[in-house]
Amino acid sequence: MRAHAQLIFWAVLVAALALLPPVVGVLHEPFYVELVRRVMIFAIAAASLNLILGYGGLVSFGHAAYLGIGGYAVGILSFYGMNSGWLQWPVAIGASALVALAIGAVSIRASGMYFIMITLAFTQMLYYLGISIEEFGGDDGMRIKTRSQFSGLIDLADPVASYYLVLVLMFGTIYLVHRIARSRFGMVLRAAKSNEARSRAIGFSPYSYRLCAFTIAGALCGLAGALLANHTAYITPDFMHWTRSGEIMFMVILGGVASSAGPLLGALVLLVFETLLAGWTEHWQVILGPLLVLSVIFFRTGLAGIIPGAGDE
Amino acid sequence: MPPLTLVFEQLLNGVQFGVMLFLMAAGLTLVFGIMNFVNLAHGSFYMIGAYLTLAAVQWSGNYIAGVVLGLAGTLLVGMLVEVVALRTLYARDHLDHVLATFGLILFFNELVAIIWGRTLLDFPRPEWLRGHVEIFAGSRYPFYRAVVILVGLAVGAGLWYVVTRTRLGMLIRAGASNRTMIAALGVNVRLLYTVVFGFGCALAGLAGLMAGPIYAVLPGMGEMILIQVFVVIVIGGLGSIRGAFVGALLVGIVDTLGRAFLRPLLATMISPTAADSAGPALASMLIYLLMALVLAVRPEGLFPSRGR
Repeated sequence: MRAHAQLIFWAVLVAALALLPPVVGVLHEPFYVELVRRVMIFAIAAASLNLILGYGGLVSFGHAAYLGIGGYAVGILSFYGMNSGWLQWPVAIGASALVALAIGAVSIRASGMYFIMITLAFTQMLYYLGISIEEFGGDDGMRIKTRSQFSGLIDLADPVASYYLVLVLMFGTIYLVHRIARSRFGMVLRAAKSNEARSRAIGFSPYSYRLCAFTIAGALCGLAGALLANHTAYITPDFMHWTRSGEIMFMVILGGVASSAGPLLGALVLLVFETLLAGWTEHWQVILGPLLVLSVIFFRTGLAGIIPGAGDE
Repeated sequence: MPPLTLVFEQLLNGVQFGVMLFLMAAGLTLVFGIMNFVNLAHGSFYMIGAYLTLAAVQWSGNYIAGVVLGLAGTLLVGMLVEVVALRTLYARDHLDHVLATFGLILFFNELVAIIWGRTLLDFPRPEWLRGHVEIFAGSRYPFYRAVVILVGLAVGAGLWYVVTRTRLGMLIRAGASNRTMIAALGVNVRLLYTVVFGFGCALAGLAGLMAGPIYAVLPGMGEMILIQVFVVIVIGGLGSIRGAFVGALLVGIVDTLGRAFLRPLLATMISPTAADSAGPALASMLIYLLMALVLAVRPEGLFPSRGR
C-alpha cells in the first residue's frame, strides 16, 4: 500500500513538472518556466545538502559556497573565452569538490555548534574573496555573455530546452542521493549520525565517511551553481551570501529532513512563497522571518511527512 | 617599512576593533555557556543598539541620555524576543536554534529598513568626544576610538567581576554546569535565562552604538561583524569569556594590520600590480586562515571550557 502511494506521488510529480512548459506555453505565461527552473536548481542544491545534513547529521551553514564556486567556474572560464560546457561543468564540479574537501577536512574534526560556525565562516571568506577580486566584477558581479555550449546538442539560451535539462539533472541528483543514502556507505553515515560511539565501537571511524559525503555534496552543489549561472547569465558574490546558505538549509528542513522528496518540496514551497510575497510587498522578509520561526517551533515533520507517498520507508 | 607611529596607530585600531568584537563575543558565549543556545540573531541586537541609540540621541538631544535609553531599549527587545520566541527552543537541537534565529535576522533587518530606510545613516559623535589625544610624543590618536577601547576594557573587567565574584555570577556559573540542580535548589531558572539573554543583547547593543560613528549604520550591519565574532569564538573556545577576550584581540589586530600593511608588504616581494589585486583579497581572508590554523592545532579552541 505504502509503495503504491509512493509510486503515485513520484509519477504525479514527474508528470506535473514535465507538462509544465507546454501548459504555460498555451497560457502565455513564460514566467512560470523560469520560476520552476529556478526551483529545480535549488532543489539540486538542497538535495546535496540533505545528503550531509539529513543523512549525515552535519549541519553545514555554508552550502552556498559551492553554488558560488560552480557559478564562478562557469563565469571565469567564459570570461577567458572558454565557453564549452564539456569543460566548464566538470571544472565547476571538480573545483567545488576540492574546496569542499579542504573545508570539510578542517571542519569535520569539530562538531555541533563549532561545525556550524566554521562552515559559515569559511563561506564568508569565499564571499569576501569574490567581492575583493575586481577583475571578475568584485561586488557587482559579472555578466556571462555566452551560456555554456554543448557542441550544438542543446541550446541553454532556450528556456524550455534548459528547463528539461535541469529537470533531468534534478531527478538524477535526487535518485543519486537516494541510492547513496541506502548504500553500505550511506548506512555507515546514518549510523554515525544516530550514535557515533556505537559506530566507532563496531569499527567504523566516521571521519573519512563524513568527509567523503561532504565532498560529494559539495560537488553536486557545484553542478547546481553551474546551472544557476546559466540560468541567470550573471554571477555575483551574492551566490555565496550567508543568507543563501540559510535558505538552502531551510528548504531541507521545511521539506523534511532525510527524505528524497523533501528538498524539492521545500525548494518549491519556499521559492514560490517568496515570489508571491515579493509581488505583494517590497518588505516581504518582515513576513517571511516570523513564519520561519513559527514553522521551526510548530511544524517539525516537514512537508514530506504530511503528503501521502512523499515520505520514505 | 611603514613609520613606527603608523604601525602603532593601526595596532591601536586593531585593539579597538578587538574590544568591540569582545563585547559581541562575550554575550554570545555567555548565552551559549548557560543555555546551550545558539543565537544567530546576536548581530541583530548590535544593529538595534545602534539604531535605537541614534534615535534616542536625536530625540533627547543628549548623547549620554541617548546611550542609556538605547541600551535599555536593546535589553528590553532582547528579553521580549527570549520570552516570545526563543524560550520554547532551548530543549531542541542546534539546527532548530539556527533556523529560528535566522528567521529573526530576516525580520529585524527588514523591520529596520521599514522604519529607518535602507540607506546608510550618519551617526555623529558628540562634540566632547571629538579631537585627538597624544599618547606619546608625535603620535596623535582619535579621542573617540581611545574612549571605545577604555569602555570595552572596563566592561570586560566588570563582566569578569560579575561572573566570578557576585551572586548573579555564581548562579550563571552554576546554571552552566548543571541547570537541573540549580532549579531544584529553588532558583528561578526561566527568569535567570531571560535576564542573561537580555544582558547579552545589551552588550551587543553597546558594541553597536559605539560602532555607529566609526563604521556604517545600515540594515544588515550586524551580520558583517557577527561572522567575525564566530571566528573569535571558534579561536577562543566556545563558552569561555577568557577565550573570547584573547580571541577578539587576536582577530581584531590581525584583521586590522592585515588590511593596512599586507599590500605594501606584498609589493616588496612581488610586482606592485600583482600586490594590488592579491593584497586586499588575502587581507580579507586572513582571519579565516588564522581560524583554520588554530583549528588544525587545537580543534576545541585556545581556551576550551571545561565539562562541555
